[in-house]
Amino acid sequence: MNKKFDLKKLTSSREMSLVIVLIVLCVFIQLRNSTFLQFGTIEAMLKNYAVMMIMALGMMCVLLTGGIDIAIGSTLAFSGMFSALIMRDHPGVPVIGGFLISMVVGMVLGAVIGVVISKGKVPPIVATLGFMNIYRGCTYLIADSRWVAAYQVPEGFKAFAQSYYLTGGLLNNMITVIIICYVIFFIALKWTTAGRRVYAVGSNAEAAEVSGINVDSVKIGVYSLMGLLSGLGGALWVSLYASAQGDMATGLEMDVIAACVVGGVSLNGGRGTVPGVFLGGLIMAIIGKALPLIGVSQFWQSAIKGLIILFAVILNVVTQRTMDKNALKRREM
Amino acid sequence: MAGKSGREIIAEQPFSWKTFFFKWEWFLVLIFILINIMNANLSPYYASVSGLFTATNSFLEKAFIALPMAYILVLGDMDISVGSIACISAVSLALAYNAGIPMAACIVVCLLVGTLCGLINGLIMTKFTELAPMIVTLGTQILYRGIAEGILGDTSSGGLTAVKWFSNLYWGKIGVVPIMFIVFIICACAFGFVLHKTVFGRWLYAIGSNKTAAEYAGIEVQKIRLIVFVLTGLFSAVTGVFLAARMGSTKSDIATSYEMEAISMAVLGGFSTNGGKGNFIGVVLAIFIVGFLRYGLGLINVPAQAMLVIIGLLLIITVMAPNIKNQIQYSMKKKNK
Repeated sequence: MNKKFDLKKLTSSREMSLVIVLIVLCVFIQLRNSTFLQFGTIEAMLKNYAVMMIMALGMMCVLLTGGIDIAIGSTLAFSGMFSALIMRDHPGVPVIGGFLISMVVGMVLGAVIGVVISKGKVPPIVATLGFMNIYRGCTYLIADSRWVAAYQVPEGFKAFAQSYYLTGGLLNNMITVIIICYVIFFIALKWTTAGRRVYAVGSNAEAAEVSGINVDSVKIGVYSLMGLLSGLGGALWVSLYASAQGDMATGLEMDVIAACVVGGVSLNGGRGTVPGVFLGGLIMAIIGKALPLIGVSQFWQSAIKGLIILFAVILNVVTQRTMDKNALKRREM
Repeated sequence: MAGKSGREIIAEQPFSWKTFFFKWEWFLVLIFILINIMNANLSPYYASVSGLFTATNSFLEKAFIALPMAYILVLGDMDISVGSIACISAVSLALAYNAGIPMAACIVVCLLVGTLCGLINGLIMTKFTELAPMIVTLGTQILYRGIAEGILGDTSSGGLTAVKWFSNLYWGKIGVVPIMFIVFIICACAFGFVLHKTVFGRWLYAIGSNKTAAEYAGIEVQKIRLIVFVLTGLFSAVTGVFLAARMGSTKSDIATSYEMEAISMAVLGGFSTNGGKGNFIGVVLAIFIVGFLRYGLGLINVPAQAMLVIIGLLLIITVMAPNIKNQIQYSMKKKNK
């Protein structure tokens, strides 16, 4: 009896339905193009979508508190550009230094957003809309509207995205970073006080406040964290594409939000899990990577992406409704 | 009338000069005047009738989105697909024209496509009320622009300048007044009238302040939301028409980030994204503030990148300033007690 109940719970959970979608997608694509399920293809896919998948974690935390951050593309560009400029002018900076600079800059930018939202009481969408413009403009200004070209980026930094030394030759560094980030976030959100506070603030900010959680500092914290991950994304981006441009990662915020939403994170706050976001990011990555493989023209890709986002969110609502209805029925019995 | 505590309750606020002059709109008027003084000092040609109309023509086509955006914000909703709707409707106009349809019918096609897009937004949102408007319009934003991209690829569809009266929609003037300016003023007056002087407008505020209460008061909340989203689609298409008339040719990347500009204008005009707040005069003022500021900065060759920073700062500071003022007042009151 008990076991049967668990099975039912498992199959009706959101993550399970995402896994099913993922499997169906993979099988369909594999049937159309047999080069898809190969180590090389998957590796290239994860490498290209690493930045998006990592930033989806930060976005999930922001969405959990009921906020939103559409400035992340600009934060990424600014911090990536900042660290690329420093590395250009001081070629002696070690690889880890480049990453740290980018992450610290990103965290400061994120903290500024957090302070404006929590202390200035500016609605998150308005504040980040403003900062999206400000940071993007600043990116062009510090770089004097020029690129940092491939030959100006230090060799060691460029090699980071292409080598395997973090796991001693097992996995690509980018993929290792993804795994590290997801493990940290999974543990932090599930089993630490700070993680549970994020959920508490998102579910009911007033109740959280009354129970002694400093809502403002939690909010500043999640936006700083989002900034930190954007900074990390900026460094990875520069390393992967071996150059820094003023317009890099424009529109990335929409992909990241889409990955979260497909993964079942609610925009009203308080609902969302790390495994869900992982699956959501993976689905978005597969769609982006696999459409050209099965011969869909690149021009139709964003239309299909839009349709899939709509389909996923509507599916979410429908499953939620049936789940609620079933729960009600069980109670009546 | 006496309340429970025996205190007098006055339904109508007594008129006071202090509250009258401390309104948000006067603050906007002040900024507006400052910007115009700045612009007039920058260019000797600015402060003339034709100079001013040249300035307005540089941004008014976007302003048609800001009008319904104000309604959306009053409702407490959000629509970030407007730029894509403007794009897909302009593209459909060009495609229809190149298929040999007469221009007047093309404009109808364009407006219909916009309305249809708005209808799709509205239907998804009202059938699945659990969904956040932001996420639905994010999906349709990508979808609509994706369709335009899929149809056109990286080519453009144009030749619209061949029809003289169509280009004149944007470039033409009656006397010294551009046609687009006249259309805009008429639309703005109509929107302002409906919002402040009709039952429909009061419903919008009621829904924005408290959706559940409005529902119980017998207002058909979902129907009204649907109407507003359709209206937004229609007016995004109007922007699309003027944009096509301006450029004479369309591509799949036109009207990008117009949604952000429209939202900035509405928010600067005093409309809160939480709904239920705002005065329509504010939006019209904000449209001209942002537009003239851009134009003026362009006159002194401020690079577009610095302009992004300035407009972003303007948006955040204007929204934050009253909140901070309130907080300071509140903490001072606490101290006095």
